[in-house]
Amino acid sequence: MKINTQGADWWVRLILLVCASTSVLLVGAILVSLVREGLPALWEVSLSSFLSTVWRPISFVQEQFGLAPLILSSLFVTMVAGLIAVPLGLGAAVYISHVARPVERERLKPSVGVLAGIPSVVLGFFGLMVMAPLVKRVFGLESGLCALTGSLLLAFMALPTIITIAEDALRSVPNNYIEASLALGASQAQTVFRTIVPAARSGLVAASLMGIGRVIGETMAVLMVTGNAVKMPESLFEPVRTMTATIAAEMGEVAFGGVHYHVLFLISLILLIITIAINWIAQWALRKSQLTQ
Amino acid sequence: MSQLCSGTVLEKNSAGEVESELAPRGVKIRARNLDFFYGDSQVLFSISMDIPPRKVTAIIGPSGCGKSTFLRTLNRMNDEIEGARASGTVLIDGEDILDQDCDVVALRRKVGMVFQRSNPFPKSIYDNVAYGPRVHGVRDKRKLRDIVEKSLRGAWLWKEVSDRLGASAFDLSGGQQQRLCIARALAVGPEILLMDEPASALDPTATSRIEDLIRDLRKEYTIVIVTHNMQQAARVSDYTAFLYKGKLIEFGRTRKLFTNPTDKMTNDYITGRFG
Repeated sequence: MKINTQGADWWVRLILLVCASTSVLLVGAILVSLVREGLPALWEVSLSSFLSTVWRPISFVQEQFGLAPLILSSLFVTMVAGLIAVPLGLGAAVYISHVARPVERERLKPSVGVLAGIPSVVLGFFGLMVMAPLVKRVFGLESGLCALTGSLLLAFMALPTIITIAEDALRSVPNNYIEASLALGASQAQTVFRTIVPAARSGLVAASLMGIGRVIGETMAVLMVTGNAVKMPESLFEPVRTMTATIAAEMGEVAFGGVHYHVLFLISLILLIITIAINWIAQWALRKSQLTQ
Repeated sequence: MSQLCSGTVLEKNSAGEVESELAPRGVKIRARNLDFFYGDSQVLFSISMDIPPRKVTAIIGPSGCGKSTFLRTLNRMNDEIEGARASGTVLIDGEDILDQDCDVVALRRKVGMVFQRSNPFPKSIYDNVAYGPRVHGVRDKRKLRDIVEKSLRGAWLWKEVSDRLGASAFDLSGGQQQRLCIARALAVGPEILLMDEPASALDPTATSRIEDLIRDLRKEYTIVIVTHNMQQAARVSDYTAFLYKGKLIEFGRTRKLFTNPTDKMTNDYITGRFG
């Protein structure tokens, strides 16, 4: 479209350009502020402190900023959430896209949307009041506030993303593959698992990664149910504290501009890099799936 | 012959062929008063036709005349369409395939289909042909290999691909892909092959190769081919059915139908006055 550089068109173009640029500028601004506040930590804190397994940001003797417990806790809780959410989500997507009758699909799809819209603090509350006691009872624990409860909540939060994207990928499998399979005498189940799922493979990988990328940065729910004891994650049934929960819990009381403050920004930066990396891989897989179809 | 439907008992003659009142010799597919509906709109009107075994029968007619619908009734592919409904009878070897009890999986093993646009799976050449046998439970590697080779030979593709069975089916040319789809259909051991405009997306060279192949396959298979190309129908088929607006106007030997049609409308159509 050729746009007139004079008059109303020009203004419309300018306003739309500002709208379109906002998100890019925001990402840039966030990145710059994280780098500016986080990088100083790299020379304020010794390498051995970062590499230690102790997180003791406030101490009368010696502060320790071991990042491993935080990063590993985040990865651990997220990985377990993925192990729960990926099979569940892909199964749901297969059902909604190719098995469900139209009436069922009309009921199921909106409910997935509702799950996506539940605020994380509400889900955290549900975790605190329902899931934690349940986990405690089922596994006979002293407390239900542990890594597993956090993983379960994160799995719930990852489900809508996984289901929505996976369903799109499954539904975009060309109908002529499906017809070819049925015409060879394959049953519906055989057609789903031997033709549709393999054809949508890259899209399903993308869906899983995006679901995981969506929850690794999740804060409120994990803060509420994981027990928040900073230690190396060893078991599903012990409390952990993720990177996000640490930032949220400590940022409010930290001395502005201090070492601890800089380290928290550094953690944010690491989290952002992990999230961006997962998203890039997911986007790449998604593009690949669109190319093959 | 596999039993498709419960309840129908057929006698076999000395040659092992089925012979009865419902399935006389010389009839492979018998349609009687076949009506077909998509929702409220009727697209086939009381079609009655006897399709002979091991011959090529062409279905011709203008777009929207119901020829593809008729073809897809023969392997119940229309089942996949919401609101589609058929009434009347279609007997294959004397068994009513429109019957509720008819085993659609067994039917589709017996009645293979080749589609208008070649639609190989995004898999290797080998896996495409092996798909059907695998679905039907063939696990033995050597047996699978034999089936794949035999099917590819049957579809005149073996020589071109025997050294690269692991290559993607998408690396093949359009005509090769369509022959691959024919090989894939042959691999489940059908008796009937349905072809829905199998050459309409191909160039003339590939088309003539497919047509020669169809003439060759006729020795072993009953072939029903839908085509909008009248020259093609005249070239490949032994019998021709002319459908117009969902009704069977004329059915007979191809030579007769193209040189001396009984019906005026058939005459108008084949001489290009409409359609």
